[in-house]
This record gives sequence, structure tokens and C-alpha cells, in this order.
Amino acid sequence: MNLFLCALILLFGGSLIVLPIRKSSLAALLGTLTTVLATPLTGYVALKVLLSGQSLSLSLPWSVPGAEFNLLLDPLAAFFVLPISALSLFCALYAGAYLEHDGQTRPLTPHWFFFNIMVLAMLLVVTASNAVLFLAVWEIMTISSFFLVAWDHHLEDVRKAAWLYLLAAHVGMMLLIALFILAGRYCGSLNFSDFGLLAKLPLSIASLLFLLALFGFGVKAGLFPVHIWLPDAHPAAPSHVSALMSGVLIKTGIYGILRILSFLPPAPAWWGWLMALLGAGGAVYGISMAAQQRDIKRCLAYSTVENIGIIFLALGFGMVAVTGGHPTIALFTFAGGLLHLWNHALFKGVMFLGAGALLHATGTRDMNHMGGLLRRMPLTGLLWIGGSLAIGALPPLNGFISEWLIYIGLAQAGTALEGYAALAPLLLFGLLGLVGALALVTFSRLIGICLLGQPRNSTVACAQDTPPIMLICIGCLLTGCLAIGTFPQGALRLLMKPLSQVTRLPIGEELVQAVAPLGQWNLMLLASLVVLAGLLVWLRHLRPLAQAATWGCGYRFPTARMSYTGEGYAGFASQHLLPGVMRPEVSGGKVCGLFPPPTALAQHSTDPVLMRFLQPIFVAIAERCQWLHWLQQGKMPIYLVYIFVTSVVLMAWSIWAGGHGGG
Amino acid sequence: MANLLLITVILINFFTLGSARLVACIRAVAVQGALLSLLPLVAHGMSGHALILGTGALIFKGILIPWLLLRAIREARIRREVEPYIGFVATLVLGALVTAGAFIFADFLPLAQEHHEGLFVPAALATMFSGFLLLITRRKAITQVLGYLMLENGIFIFSVLLSVAIPLMVEAGILLDLLVSVFVMGIVLNQINREFSTLNTERLTALKE
Repeated sequence: MNLFLCALILLFGGSLIVLPIRKSSLAALLGTLTTVLATPLTGYVALKVLLSGQSLSLSLPWSVPGAEFNLLLDPLAAFFVLPISALSLFCALYAGAYLEHDGQTRPLTPHWFFFNIMVLAMLLVVTASNAVLFLAVWEIMTISSFFLVAWDHHLEDVRKAAWLYLLAAHVGMMLLIALFILAGRYCGSLNFSDFGLLAKLPLSIASLLFLLALFGFGVKAGLFPVHIWLPDAHPAAPSHVSALMSGVLIKTGIYGILRILSFLPPAPAWWGWLMALLGAGGAVYGISMAAQQRDIKRCLAYSTVENIGIIFLALGFGMVAVTGGHPTIALFTFAGGLLHLWNHALFKGVMFLGAGALLHATGTRDMNHMGGLLRRMPLTGLLWIGGSLAIGALPPLNGFISEWLIYIGLAQAGTALEGYAALAPLLLFGLLGLVGALALVTFSRLIGICLLGQPRNSTVACAQDTPPIMLICIGCLLTGCLAIGTFPQGALRLLMKPLSQVTRLPIGEELVQAVAPLGQWNLMLLASLVVLAGLLVWLRHLRPLAQAATWGCGYRFPTARMSYTGEGYAGFASQHLLPGVMRPEVSGGKVCGLFPPPTALAQHSTDPVLMRFLQPIFVAIAERCQWLHWLQQGKMPIYLVYIFVTSVVLMAWSIWAGGHGGG
Repeated sequence: MANLLLITVILINFFTLGSARLVACIRAVAVQGALLSLLPLVAHGMSGHALILGTGALIFKGILIPWLLLRAIREARIRREVEPYIGFVATLVLGALVTAGAFIFADFLPLAQEHHEGLFVPAALATMFSGFLLLITRRKAITQVLGYLMLENGIFIFSVLLSVAIPLMVEAGILLDLLVSVFVMGIVLNQINREFSTLNTERLTALKE
């Protein structure tokens, strides 16, 4: 634990040291150095806890009423500390090169200060074992990530996105405060170690606490109906920040739910069903929205909603299985969900960092302006394709393993249960299949439109490949994906301890045995793919082909405007598969008359939950509250009267409460 | 002896509430601060702690801040408070009402036995409320600074009551806080004066959203 504390102090000290520095290069150096020194330490400690299963704890004096500075690094916390450490390390290394150009025009000091603070806060969030400490670091995490999202605050879109994020995060925070106050009142203490008393709660209050946790943490996690901030904030933030937020920051929401569930009494089935249904809805919704986005980072953000949905589906169904007394099924789905959480951190890191590399080279996030980038940035393109394979859950990469575990769990449930009860898991199985198919559409579209074909404008045509340090970071993450894909036993052995803590079930060797042949198959597949690719390259070398423009359609002088667009590719999915509410808005494109004039067609996809559901509600509330405006008179004496009246009322109340024995 | 001091303090409250001349008001508050600096000595006897507290209060409240304020009004060339939001007589009546209220309220408070006897708690409350009234009713920024000072004086009386319990650091913190805030107010005063060529705070309404 001392090592862990050292790393925390290092992060804190590092962020303070950066503060007075005005020179960008020095700030970047120190900021990177801090993370690079601190995160291997935390990662090492987490790995040790995961292997040994022994919790570490630390208690320091803290002079805040009701609070104690208690840290607890148990297997569940270590399960989250590991990806946080790994991803932060690579994101920090990547950021140095990514922001270099930005640093020439303005100091990078605030960025590095908030970056290190955010890493520190994430590490503290998953290890804090006192409610006050937890809420404090949770808030610090929100604020620091808000400033990172708002890094390009000269753009109005970015300001709006950051504002939406802050607003959503604080609505979630309100629920969390209510949750911890309720729990604290019941247990008489705000230490997590005393929250064990919650296990004796009657079901109604426990359900209330569960719902508060589900939606309070769900806002951060990007759970389906409350994911609204996510599709705007991820494109707005710098790419490595999006990677870190999408990869691990939102996972702290899942951590919170798992932690609270570990205190509550054994879950009734409907808790699990609720989580699974919201998850399934989120997965379908997220991926179908992702298939329509032109903005590559927005597409990835929706894919985050999808993956979080899959994780929730797995965890929720696992809870159902635990309640129903099917330990094997529960183990498979839980293991799949938890492994998918790690996997998502890895491949979403690859995808966002890769998208950042494309953005860095071309200066645009619009896929309709890219094209032909695989020829110009071969290494970046290759890594990005690897990431897409992983995220599309294709073998031999890691996404396949975790989704396979979930499929196995659902299929087993379908055969083990009897009668109509078997219908639900099979339905979820089908939905998951649909999600997988749409994910293939989404990511083949992402690769096809961005990397293949011909460049669609001159900036893209002369794009240069990414700086090596950025490539190395992406490459390391992709290697992690490959490693889990070909050697899943190792990852599952690390998962054992947190898995048994979450499910409260004994774990045998069946999981490892189930995935071991899968790893071998993946390895063979990888080897044969490599051999096949080598063969093809060799053949191509022997007999070079005449090269023509992709999608040139046999024209003599093809132009890039003739090639497929992102909308065209997703046209089938968006026009035939999706319900009307989720279709993008189309403007223009009407052709009339015998000799029609030039006309334009534009498609715009907004978030239907935000635009058609939440925004009208909040606008209506805001209109109802217009009359409160008269309180704001703009005169100082009036405001002072408010303070005066408040203090008088408080004094009177204190006497009244004292008279009734309350105070 | 302590009660005599406190009654004088309350009378000074009334004087400040009822007076239109700024210089007189500043002097009155200065005298109030100086009287209060005697209070720790009177209440707790001659001890090192009380001495430090008294000297600090005298320097800040009795000398430094009034001097700053006098200089400020000399530079801004204003002498009188005109057209307060609420008239002087009305303010005085209100002041009397809140003072009476403070005395009644203090009776209800669950205080330690030795604090029930003296005038400390009611005087502290009355001074705080008078300061508040001054803040609310006056237009000129400088009188509002005075109101703020008076509020701090009220807090100071409270802290004397507890000065055995409160560590010196906290006292020093309060004094420092006071000084800094007066400095900030001074800067704000200057800015208001330069921007609107008057010290009336009502023009700040233009800053409303």
C-alpha cells in the first residue's frame, strides 16, 4: 500500500509542480513524466492484489467531519486500477506528441495539471472506502475531466458539450449524495467497512438504494437513457482524453454500481432484469446511432454506449442467474462482462487514439472528407483496422473472447431454463447478435470510408504518417488486445478474485478450461492469417496489377465526389432497419422539373433521447421557472436582505429545534 | 467593566446608523474597534494571548483600516451619505428593533451558565445585525465597507467569548481575512469610482445578467 500511496503523492506533486510553468514543452515533459512514473507503480500493486487476492488498506487522519481518509485496495478495486494505470500511461505518452502543435500557441500547463489530477482522482475513486472521501474525489474527477473536455474552449460546440457533461454529471451527483446519505443514516457511519449493515435492509429500501445507484452512477457510465452527455463530450475532448474517458473514466460508474451491490442484500431478479434490459436497449441503440455518424469520434462515442450496454447486459443477466441458482451461467456471463470491460478499455483506447492520429494528420473528424488514408498512413491505418476487428468482436482478438463468454452464458441459460423462462435469454442472445452485425457494419464503414478509396480533398491527399511515439502507444494497446485474444486464460486467471468477490460464488477451473482451446484456435487463426497475407503480398509482388481509382466505376476521369459516402454506406441500415425516431434528419435533395438546378442534400444525426425526450422536458421546466427571475434584482442591498432574512430564519429555527429537543 | 464597554459599543452602533457624515462614521467605527481591542484584556485578564489579540485588533480595526478608509474618501472627495434606501430615522428604529431582538434571542440560547450573565452574546448579535442593516440600507460603497467592519466587530465579540477555546491561529485568520477583504473592497471602490464617477453601488445593477 505504501507503493500505491507513493504513486498518489507523486501524481499530486507532479500536477502541482506543473502549475507555475509557462513553457509548454517543459510542462508536457513534467506532466508526462509524472504519469509515466506513477502509473506503473499503481499497476504493479493492482496486479499483485489480483494475483494474491489479499486486500491492502490504508487509513490516514483527515479533519473533515464524518470523514476518514480510508483507502481499500481489494480485488474489485484492483480490477479497475489496472486498466486505469495502463491506459493513463499510454494516453500520457501519446498526449505529448498530440498536443505539441497546440503547445506552440498556448501554454499546456492547465492540460497537464488537470490530466494528472484526473488520473489521481480516478485511482482514488476506486480505492476510497469512505463515502465523504468517495464523493469528494468523484467530484474532483468530474471537474478535472470537465476542464479537459473544454480544452478547445474557443469553439462554441466544445463549450456546449462540456456544459452538457457538467450538467449531466451533477444530476448524477445529486442522486449519489442522496444514496450515501441514506446509506450513512442507516448504518450510522460513512465508512464503507460499516456499510455491511445494509445487507439487513428491507427489500423496498434496498431497491430504492439500488435505483439511486443505478441511475446516479449510470449517468457517468453512459447507461442508455442517461447517456446523453457522452456523444457530445467525446468528440469535443482531445483524443487521448476521449480515450481515457471512454476507456476507464466511465467505467468508474460501473465500479460504483458493483460496489453498492456488494453492500446490498442478495439481489431480487428484477434488479438484474432491469440492468440487462437497459443494457440491451443501450447496446442496440448505441450501435445503430454509431452506424449513422459522419464524425468519426462521435461514432466511437456511440460505440461506447453500445459496449457499456453489453457490459450491463452481461452483469444484469449474471445477477438474474445468481438469484435463479445457476452458478455456472452466472460465472460465464459475469466473467464475460468483466472481461469485456477490460477489453473495451484496450480497444477503445486503440480506436480513439487512432482517430486522434487521423485528426492530427488531416485536421478533420468528418469521414466524408477523408479517404485513401491507408496508403498515406499505412501503420496508423493497420493499427486502426486491428482495433476495429477487436471492437467488432472478431477473432483472433479480445472482443471475441468476452462476447463469446456472454453468448455461452445466454445460450446455456436458454437450454437450462424451462418453458417461457428460456425465451428471455434467447431473446437477449438474438439482440446481442443483431448488435454484433450492426457493429460490423459500423466499423467496416469507418474503415472503408476513412482509410480506403481516394482522398476527398487536398489536405487529406498530402497527409503524413503519425509520429512514432503515438504509433507505439496505439501499438502497445493493440498488443494487449492480441494478447488477451490469443491467451485468454491469463486474463481470466487475473479475473478470478474480483469475480468471486462480485458474484459471491466459488470459482473452479471450468472458466479457464472453457476459453483455453479458444485461445489456441485464435493463435492458429492469427498464424494462418499472417501466412496468408505474406503469400498474397508475395503473389502481388510477382504479378503487379494495373492500379485504378477505387470506385472509379470505369470512368475516364473519376473524381472523389463519385465515391461512396458514409451516409451512403449506412443508408440501408438507417432507412430500412431503424425506427423512424432514430433516423437522421435529411434536408434538401428534392429534384423537380425537367431541367433541375443544382441541389444539395444534407443529413444530420442528433441524439433522439436528448433532442426529442429530455430537451423538451427541461425546456418546459425552465419556462415554468421563469417567474423566479424576479429574485434576481441586480441590487446588492436586496441580496444582502436575502442573507439577512436567511440568517434570521435559521436562528429562529435553531431555537425552535432546540425547544423541541432536536438540536 | 466589560458590560460598560459593550454598552458603549452598542451606542456606537446607533450613532453610526443615524449619522450621515462619513468621516464621523469612520471615526466611530474606529473607536468601536479600539474599545473592542480592550475587551480580551478585560474579559480574560492580562495574559499573553489576550495581549496579542488586543494589540492585533487595535492595529487593524482601530488604526490601519480607518486610515485606509479616510484616505479613500479624501481621494474620492465625498463627505456625506445622501439618499439612503431607508431614511436615517427609520434605520435607527430598525436598529433599535434588531437590538431588542438580539437581547430576546440571546435569552433563548442554550448557553453555558457563565455566559448568560454578561452582555457578550446580545451585544455581539446586535452589532452584527447593525452592521447588516448598514450594509443593506446605504448606497455609498464606503458605508457598506463600514457595515462590513461592524459585522466583523460583532464576530470579534463572539470570538472573545470563546478566545480560551479558539486557537490563536483562528483569530489571526479572522483579522487577516478582514484586512484582505477591506483591501479588496478598496480596490472595488476605486474601480466603481473610476468607472461610474460615483461611489453609489446602485449603478452596479448594470452588471445584472
